Amino acid sequence: MAVPIRRRAADIIAFLFATAATAFGLLWLFWILWTTLREGAAALTPRLFTEMTPPPGSSGGLLNAFYGSAVMILLGLVVGTPIGVAAGTYLAEHGRHTRAAAVISFVNDILLSAPSIVIGLFVYELVVVSAGHFSGYAGAVALGIILLPIVVRTTEESLRLVPDQMREAGFALGLPRWRVTWQIIYKAGLSAILTGILLGVARIAGETAPLLFTALNNQFWSSSLNAPLANVPVVIFQYAMSPYDEWHTLAWAGAFVLTAFVLILNILVRLLARKGISK
Amino acid sequence: MNDSATAIRIETKETPDAAGAEATPGAIVMRDLSFHYGKTPALKHVNMSVPANAVTAIIGPSGCGKSTLLRTVNRIFELYPDQHATGEILIDDRNVLDHKYPLADLRRLVGMVFQKPTPFPSSIRSNVAFALSYYERLSKSELSDRVEDALRQAALWDEVKDKLNQSALSLSGGQQQRLCIARAIAVKPEILLLDEATSALDPISTARIEELIHELSSQFTIMIVTHNMQQAARVSRRTAFFHLGELIEFGKTSDIFTNPHEQRTRDYITGRYG
Amino acid sequence: MQQSREHTLKAFDEDLDRLRALISQMGGLAEHSIGEAMRCLVQRDLEGAAKIIEDDKKLDVLEVETERRAVQLIALRAPMAEDLRDVVAALKISGVVERIGDYAKNIAKRVPLLEGAAKIEPLSLLPEMARIATGMVHDVLDAFVERNAEAAYRVCERDDAVDDFYDSIFRSLLTHMMENPQNIGHATHLLFVAKNLERVGDHATNIAEMVYYAATGQHMADRPGKSPK
Repeated sequence: MAVPIRRRAADIIAFLFATAATAFGLLWLFWILWTTLREGAAALTPRLFTEMTPPPGSSGGLLNAFYGSAVMILLGLVVGTPIGVAAGTYLAEHGRHTRAAAVISFVNDILLSAPSIVIGLFVYELVVVSAGHFSGYAGAVALGIILLPIVVRTTEESLRLVPDQMREAGFALGLPRWRVTWQIIYKAGLSAILTGILLGVARIAGETAPLLFTALNNQFWSSSLNAPLANVPVVIFQYAMSPYDEWHTLAWAGAFVLTAFVLILNILVRLLARKGISK
Repeated sequence: MNDSATAIRIETKETPDAAGAEATPGAIVMRDLSFHYGKTPALKHVNMSVPANAVTAIIGPSGCGKSTLLRTVNRIFELYPDQHATGEILIDDRNVLDHKYPLADLRRLVGMVFQKPTPFPSSIRSNVAFALSYYERLSKSELSDRVEDALRQAALWDEVKDKLNQSALSLSGGQQQRLCIARAIAVKPEILLLDEATSALDPISTARIEELIHELSSQFTIMIVTHNMQQAARVSRRTAFFHLGELIEFGKTSDIFTNPHEQRTRDYITGRYG
Repeated sequence: MQQSREHTLKAFDEDLDRLRALISQMGGLAEHSIGEAMRCLVQRDLEGAAKIIEDDKKLDVLEVETERRAVQLIALRAPMAEDLRDVVAALKISGVVERIGDYAKNIAKRVPLLEGAAKIEPLSLLPEMARIATGMVHDVLDAFVERNAEAAYRVCERDDAVDDFYDSIFRSLLTHMMENPQNIGHATHLLFVAKNLERVGDHATNIAEMVYYAATGQHMADRPGKSPK
């Protein structure tokens, strides 16, 4: 059956538009990667990961920044994940039809869309001002607060994806609620929950504004969280604004590593999701 | 019937219904059972005696309350706040609808299998042992034996004995449903509820499970809900016909399908409803 | 006990109607054959008799067709309750009607054998007996199509009349045979004809019992009150 010319033309035009849109989107991604790669190429050596941030005029690496970021992300995970998963579980399992759950869900949505700088300011008031100084702890808390609503939302959605019949099957066997949740529902929704957490990590890895108010930055190596802690986003901010060329290059290199990190996390999420489906 | 001179004994192998159905362990007696979803009635004053060690089928058009009836027996409806039941359900002379009756005891007494096979996301062995390890203190070898027993009873042992540690999700649909049956009977309940348990399966799997139901009926009181009349005819000893929440007719399956008393039953069975 | 509602599946109703139509058709043929056979007997119509014998094949064909359709109906429609009883009754009735047709053939076969016989008196009774018997067949098959248990029951009551006819003809023929031994051959044929007609009456009664069961799910013998036999 011959497809009329008009339909074929419409088909081709739509196809071209779609392809162009995709190319447009991908263009920026590759451009960013390419630019950061090109500009930071000079600094993309093993020294990037072994040396500290240098004083102006000399070369160095970003070790303390990577360390500080890693520590704060991990601590943020410790702060945000347990509470987030617990809250998400409550929303999906126990509080299904209750008024309380509706309120919590609403508040969570607000927190989710709160500007990160506002969160940073809040933590500043709460932690930095009362402690009297900037600290890695404050930074971790801020990151944790940003991570929390993401984990709540994704946990709730992952658990809701588990079919009700599985819950009923568990209950019909006579198992108490907590066992049904722990031994059955969590297992079924595990990969989805992990995916959510990883996406949350990808988000907080690049947060800059809150860290400005909380962890600030530290030129030197510091393993103490009770003091300003170096981290990648703020380093990029400071070095990019500076007049020094070596610092510019380091900033670009840092930007590249950060972008690559987020990209790899997202790919990991995809792989996890596919494995979860095929099981 | 005829006078004794012409009476003749007809030799059949039919096993009669257990005498005094209410007295036998595992029999279910429903008295004035009603059910509401919020304000909407779903079951209206149902009075029914389900005999022990036999298969009773519940049939009727969509929305007649058959699944609801099943879900009152093990109180699974209590998971949902706006669903409530009134009346009595007596199992072994105790009213299980009474809130004082411990739910865990009830759910151990009554096993349930659902329409869509729902194996838990763990190994085959773990699925069957799930409730066992919760209810009973068993040594590793005892647990293993019980798992094997349940799988044998569910006619699944031969197919899975070499892969007990594999994920339950790797089984086919029919196998998964038999696994769910094994899981339910592992704790040795008295009553088994099957809610459209073969609706999602192909004809061959369906036939195997029907045969399984038949084998199990000598040990368990089985209630099946089915929208497939032929299945009810094949599998059950007694059949109950429901319509709009009311029990219309309840009797021997052979009678219901050859000579039902109620007009509504006749209409449904012969395909004249609507 | 009429069914006023139709099946949701129209084709099911059509199949059942076709089955009933086949039974009606067979019944009509059988009645006609018996009537025709009696006429040929009285009028010594040899050609007519030959035709009756030939036409019996039609009944056989119809019986086979009825059986085929009934089996198909059971396999494909899975009839239940009253529908199932109807189909099983149709299956049994077709066999009985075919046998009634065979009796007509049997009577027709005797027509040439009565060539040259003197008119024997019971000859005039036989057509009346046949009328009652075929009337029973006609009414009982109507009762089947209408699923009318009461009408079927009433058919059975007429069998006594047929039996009375037979007894009377039997005695009469016996007397003839004793009086005129050379009539024995012809009288015996007439006796067989009378026997056949009496059997037709019995078969109609059997059909009545089948119709009663199909319509009510109970056996006529279990009916409260006086039972017909």
